Amino acid sequence: MASVAVIDYGMGNLHSVAKALEHVSPETEVWVTADPEQVRAADRVLLPGVGAIRDCMAEIRRLGVDAEVAEAIASGKPFLGICVGFQALMDFSEENGGVDCLGAFPGRVCFFGDDLRDPHTQQTLKVPHMGWNCVQQTLDHPLWQGIEQNSRFYFVHSYYVQLQNANQVAARCEYGVGFDVALAQDNVFAVQFHPEKSQKAGLQLLQNFLHWDGRP
Amino acid sequence: MGLAKRIIPCLDVENGRVVKGVKFLDIRDAGDPVEIARRYEQQGADEITFLDITASHEGRETTVHTVERMASEVFIPLTVGGGIRACEDIRRMLNAGADKVSINTAAVFNPDFVKEAAERFGSQCIVVAIDAKKVSGPDEPERWEIFTHGGRKPTGLDAVDWARKMVSYGAGEILLTSMDQDGMKSGFDLGVTRAISEAVHVPVIASGGVGTLDHLVEGVLLGKADAVLAASIFHFNEYTIPEAKAYMAARGIEMRL
Repeated sequence: MASVAVIDYGMGNLHSVAKALEHVSPETEVWVTADPEQVRAADRVLLPGVGAIRDCMAEIRRLGVDAEVAEAIASGKPFLGICVGFQALMDFSEENGGVDCLGAFPGRVCFFGDDLRDPHTQQTLKVPHMGWNCVQQTLDHPLWQGIEQNSRFYFVHSYYVQLQNANQVAARCEYGVGFDVALAQDNVFAVQFHPEKSQKAGLQLLQNFLHWDGRP
Repeated sequence: MGLAKRIIPCLDVENGRVVKGVKFLDIRDAGDPVEIARRYEQQGADEITFLDITASHEGRETTVHTVERMASEVFIPLTVGGGIRACEDIRRMLNAGADKVSINTAAVFNPDFVKEAAERFGSQCIVVAIDAKKVSGPDEPERWEIFTHGGRKPTGLDAVDWARKMVSYGAGEILLTSMDQDGMKSGFDLGVTRAISEAVHVPVIASGGVGTLDHLVEGVLLGKADAVLAASIFHFNEYTIPEAKAYMAARGIEMRL
């Protein structure tokens, strides 16, 4: 039986991710776990996350999840990061006065700012960026299969990712600024939005992940 | 294309059953919140709010199970409100599969609870519900006050100041209900909606008083709300969610269609 490890480092709500995975693929075993042995044994690894990055990174380091993530990425097995689980893969985040992240991919996590405005209308935009926004796919990838260009996904975040390497950008979004909302590199895919809360398009992406062989 | 304004149907649930009545045309069990939530999800609702009005302790267990079932079948954000008084209540609802909790009365009696909750669970899942009532006279500048106990008890707190304070304490979203308008079907109180939406940087959900689709449009365009919450117009099939969305989109509002 195929298995996916949802890495549990004590932050936020992992249940919705696990429930969505079980829903799209009842034949897959979903393990919510921080046990390195179990993460190693799983066919696929998912790094979720909500909340503040400082607390997330502290727990990731305390529980040794940093090593698990590095090992999973190096192993070549399909890896999916979600929300803070995407941001944590970067070098550095501006949140909480500046926090060093895992440095798995070159890039920074930036604040939307206190005075974010629509560049066209100059209207003030609320932060967090909360709700359904259009995702522009910038490359062909197995995880986008069956998902229409500019489909809406559910976001909730106050910080956004800017990848240094443009070749790793898999999708973009606009909210006052343009920013990167998906990363693809070899066996790694990571997204800023919440596929587990994005109804059809989101469930399709999770299903694609569970069928993905880890090749771009 | 950008961020869409949200439509949020609200279910009042008591002991695991929807009360206040929901009358879909072709649904067998109108009282099952999971079936109703799934129906709204299929229609294109952007989120679901589940208001637990259960009083008894035993009933609360039922609520947790209902939230669990809902979270296994409905894959849009789910907010649970009603009876959230302590961090354990929040933990239990998040574990059951809720994405956000809404804190109402407990915030008024113990504002630090909001701070504690936001620090522990993150602002993204802490909604503060504000019940406001207009207290200014016809010739005075408009002023609204916070009321508790279903609008019966005044607190002396200014609604706009209170909203600012709750956001500074870590609220990630404000659910604003106008007690004057609730159930009147004559539209949102646009004055207080706009005043609070412009006073805080987090999203504001307008609630209370929706009777027509124009009310939803006004809530966004005049009240500057980021989301609109309604119950009866959807429950009784007066309008469907796709109709509401098409109507709003035709008036220039960005919607997820």
